[in-house]
Amino acid sequence: MNKSNMKSCNTECRNTACGNDGRAEGPIISIKGLRVCQGEHAVLEDINLDLEAGDFLGLIGPNGGGKSTLLKVMLGLIKPDRGDVKIFGLPPSAARSRMGYLPQKTVFDHSFPVKAQDVVLMGRYSRTGIFHRYDRADRDAARRALEAVGMADRADREIGALSGGEQQRVFVARSLVSDPRLLLLDEPTSGVDSAQQKEFYDLLCHLNRDLCIAIVLVSHDVTAISTYVSKIACLNQRLYYHGSRELSSDEIEKAYGCPVEMIAHGTPHRVLRMHD
Amino acid sequence: MIELDFLQYDFMRNALAAGLAASVLCGIIGIYVILNKIVFISDGIAHAAFGGIGLGYFLGYDPLAFGIASAILTALGIGIVSSKARVSEDTAIGVFMATGMALGVMLLTLSQGYARDLYGYLFGNILAVTGSDVLLICGLTLIIMATVFLLYKEFLLLSFDPVYGEAIGLPVKGLRLLLLGMVAFSVVILIKIVGIIMVIALLTIPGAISRRHLSGLPSIMAGSVLLGAVFVTAGLLLSYMLDVPSGATIILTAALAFFISTLISR
Repeated sequence: MNKSNMKSCNTECRNTACGNDGRAEGPIISIKGLRVCQGEHAVLEDINLDLEAGDFLGLIGPNGGGKSTLLKVMLGLIKPDRGDVKIFGLPPSAARSRMGYLPQKTVFDHSFPVKAQDVVLMGRYSRTGIFHRYDRADRDAARRALEAVGMADRADREIGALSGGEQQRVFVARSLVSDPRLLLLDEPTSGVDSAQQKEFYDLLCHLNRDLCIAIVLVSHDVTAISTYVSKIACLNQRLYYHGSRELSSDEIEKAYGCPVEMIAHGTPHRVLRMHD
Repeated sequence: MIELDFLQYDFMRNALAAGLAASVLCGIIGIYVILNKIVFISDGIAHAAFGGIGLGYFLGYDPLAFGIASAILTALGIGIVSSKARVSEDTAIGVFMATGMALGVMLLTLSQGYARDLYGYLFGNILAVTGSDVLLICGLTLIIMATVFLLYKEFLLLSFDPVYGEAIGLPVKGLRLLLLGMVAFSVVILIKIVGIIMVIALLTIPGAISRRHLSGLPSIMAGSVLLGAVFVTAGLLLSYMLDVPSGATIILTAALAFFISTLISR
């Protein structure tokens, strides 16, 4: 991995020009006092979160801490028991066409007879709606999305014939094809090898920086997150978040419920600021 | 000429028409059954339909209509029970399947004098298809073709990645119930042709072969329809010439083609 490369990408990610435009429109995500219960058990408690245009939020936390649940709340798939969730100032289900989503591990039949470009087209569903056929504009959007992830030359290949990293790129293209202003990614690098991961994060930086797409990235990979994102939050039922890239080790330990060893792996940025 | 001889009988013309319409159903719905991995559900629906057929006989109404009704109810039942968790889909299917068969045997026995028909429903009797059956089968085939045409992209997304589909607003539950409903219709029609026990073979074999040799969903569907038509016609002709049961001949023709295709593509 090339350190200087990562650093420059990261700096540009943070210095994105679109942040200012976004502030004029109001926050992209606004969550206030959110509580979600499954049965009698609260999965999410008192969550407050604001995200502006151009933000790149890394969401870490232990398994079962509610990360995927929070994404599903943002998508309108889970209704909050309490609190207010607005995406682009709208209720989440009304804002779906402006969101792109990459689920945790896309499980699919690898011999499914469908081409990469048709998989990408599926992402246009939130725009075209039921009964309408995909038209020329949809096909153009699919081609552009494949170009954006560097997969234009694989458009005619069957999805099962592509490598794991290439498939992941196709799924990113599918989440981009509706021209979203917000991308929700749920552990997108699981099942992708480390060389492809670097490439993948660079792609996210490019989307965030050049296309001004706000990103929420759920990940286990604390090191990678600390390298690429502009804001970081830690979730374990409650959300530990200050709108910056740093969390105190106290907070992370509180979230994980045990001491967490933060190994920097020689990366230029730290999740932990030195506390006195 | 054997063909002309073959077609001069009304029952043979009806059988052929019903068989060809059924191949269209098999070709289209069979592919979705394979891609959505609902082979066992489809088989369960076929067996459960027997309960309705028995009830139809018992009450003295059209067994086919009752068969369709009970197949639809079973499809919805399996869909709803399994989506409520608690009971796994496999278990739900097992229960519906056995209950349907038991009800069918019980009611048919109580109706008495229908032993020959019982055999026909279990193993198929395409030669007993009537003119009104043919109309019903063609009508259902047209409805299902229109539905798949209108909802092609929705069913593609449902089959490929329902988790993502739900996240971007696809009505996954409704589409799944609709798909199961279409499977229910198809299965009851196929019962007329090859019988409850062998329905699943005709629903899956043409699609399985076609999928192995063609790419792209529309061509796979077309290939599957064509193969189904060949199996039904060849099976019907052979059974007529050799005077052996039609349902079994159709399935054996399809199975032979499946094994040959598997050997070739190795």
